[in-house]
Amino acid sequence: MTVIEVSNLQKRYGDQVAVRDVSFEVRPGEIFGIVGPNGSGKTTTVECLTGLRQADGGTIRVLGLDPTRDRAELRHQVGIQLQESHLPDRLKVWEALDLYSSFYAEPADWRALMDELGLTAKRNTVFAKLSGGQKQRLSVALALVGNPRIAVLDELTTGLDPQARRDTWQLVRDVRDRGVTVVLVTHFMDEAERLCDRLAVVRAGEVVAIATPAELVARTELPGVERPTLEDAVLALTSPTATGRTATSPN
Amino acid sequence: MNATALPQHVSAGNGGRSARRRSAGRSTVKLIVTEAKLFVREPLGAFFGVIFPAALVLILGAAMPGFDEPSADIGGRRPIEFYLPITLALAIGTVALVNLLNALAADREKGVLRRLSTTPVSPIRLLVAQIVVNVAALLLGSGLALLAAVLAFGVEARPDVPGMLVAFVLGSASMAALALLVAAFTPTSRAATGIGSLVYYPMLFAAGVWTPGPLMPDAVRRVADFTPLGAASQALQDAWSGDWPQPLHLAVLVGSTVLFGGLAAKLFRWSS
Ligand SMILES: Nc1ncnc2c1ncn2[C@@H]1O[C@H](COP(=O)(O)OP(=O)(O)OP(=O)(O)O)[C@@H](O)[C@H]1O
Ligand SMILES: [Mg+2]
Repeated sequence: MTVIEVSNLQKRYGDQVAVRDVSFEVRPGEIFGIVGPNGSGKTTTVECLTGLRQADGGTIRVLGLDPTRDRAELRHQVGIQLQESHLPDRLKVWEALDLYSSFYAEPADWRALMDELGLTAKRNTVFAKLSGGQKQRLSVALALVGNPRIAVLDELTTGLDPQARRDTWQLVRDVRDRGVTVVLVTHFMDEAERLCDRLAVVRAGEVVAIATPAELVARTELPGVERPTLEDAVLALTSPTATGRTATSPN
Repeated sequence: MNATALPQHVSAGNGGRSARRRSAGRSTVKLIVTEAKLFVREPLGAFFGVIFPAALVLILGAAMPGFDEPSADIGGRRPIEFYLPITLALAIGTVALVNLLNALAADREKGVLRRLSTTPVSPIRLLVAQIVVNVAALLLGSGLALLAAVLAFGVEARPDVPGMLVAFVLGSASMAALALLVAAFTPTSRAATGIGSLVYYPMLFAAGVWTPGPLMPDAVRRVADFTPLGAASQALQDAWSGDWPQPLHLAVLVGSTVLFGGLAAKLFRWSS
């Protein structure tokens, strides 16, 4: 059984092709990573699968729903942390959490969430006065406050300090242990390695490999590099000179 | 599938639906309360919306010679008396084209509307909450202006109250629709503010802020009749002096609400 199915997704912005051909499946309860260079179409892909943008081609099923047609239903089931998202400057942390939790029928306890994300000391601070990392934490909290069945997190830990990153990783694991399926877009290979069960590597709007982090590393052979890291593996797959797809990529 | 995910899934049936209805009511109230807090925390906006009309009445009354004395130019009435409904039109125009427009454009530019569109709550509900808060501010501001006129200058009036309310509501609706339209076709919040003030001052002129009542030349009035704030001002003035507003003015208000609102709904994008 799959929770998310994407096949042959395509999306253009005018002449610019953002997603050329992306297919993958996400299984229940896994943490599924999407990695790839800037501009390779990761954000566009997750925006299409959450119904924020309409795909130009291909099919998407999320919990059996069509993100465009069943948008309203999907909103209740999917929590999203956008790469660029903002709140009104003068809205306080607790007000944002309280407000967003009221949008859902069965919300999580926002006070507990605020605590887990280390925001309790900042509960009365307005959004404009939060540091970058604190804004990010609030954004993660808002993605989880609706008790979603799927959490889509785009560059979850960008801007966080090392300790906050570790805490956030643990939070994602806890969320997964509660039965939530996680889709994670990231540029950090240590994060991908430690957190993700499987990874899709995208380059220029196409999936070039889908495998576990360990498989990606094991598969990599680089002249002169004795023990390649995941970063080596991903770079080898996405560098402009890399050609073709690896053996286990879809079709 | 993980066992803990199951109860949520099952409850998406009947129980889930009524829980969703409850949360819809709760979230509407929370949205309005939140927008009200944000409105108050924007001191300049709150000032213009709520205090400005009354301040204007007091300042004009105190500073302009003869403002509260009967004047032969206008048939022996006191300028303050026919200036009051114009002050209400000014309040409507200001709240719509300054407060509402700026709040809307800033929310869109910052991605607030986009963030909201990832939740079960449609950004339309946020717009509605904003309009509710701004109209409430408007009513408060207008009430204060009337109170100032009565207390400071002993203004007496026998307005047509239903006519006054109709003119007020239709005027607010058509100006809110105009603000939505400006927000719809301006890409950034700077552009929205700029275009907003380009529209704002001619609207105030049409409303008679500088040439109140009988002082407005006839030719100008004929044009002003067809602008939303001009029509609102005329309708308010008629109702203020005890008559039902003219059909032409009400028709202009309804027509511009439908036209601007319809265009705005078509053109508006949740993110810039
Ligand atoms: N709103 C937009 N309008 C036009 N082009 C866009 C828009 N959003 C993205 N693009 C283009 O589509 C391509 C894919 O962008 P996307 O944001 O999906 O990349 P990404 O993989 O998320 O990159 P990053 O790692 O930098 O976040 C890029 O070339 C980008 O310039
Ligand atoms: Mg991105």
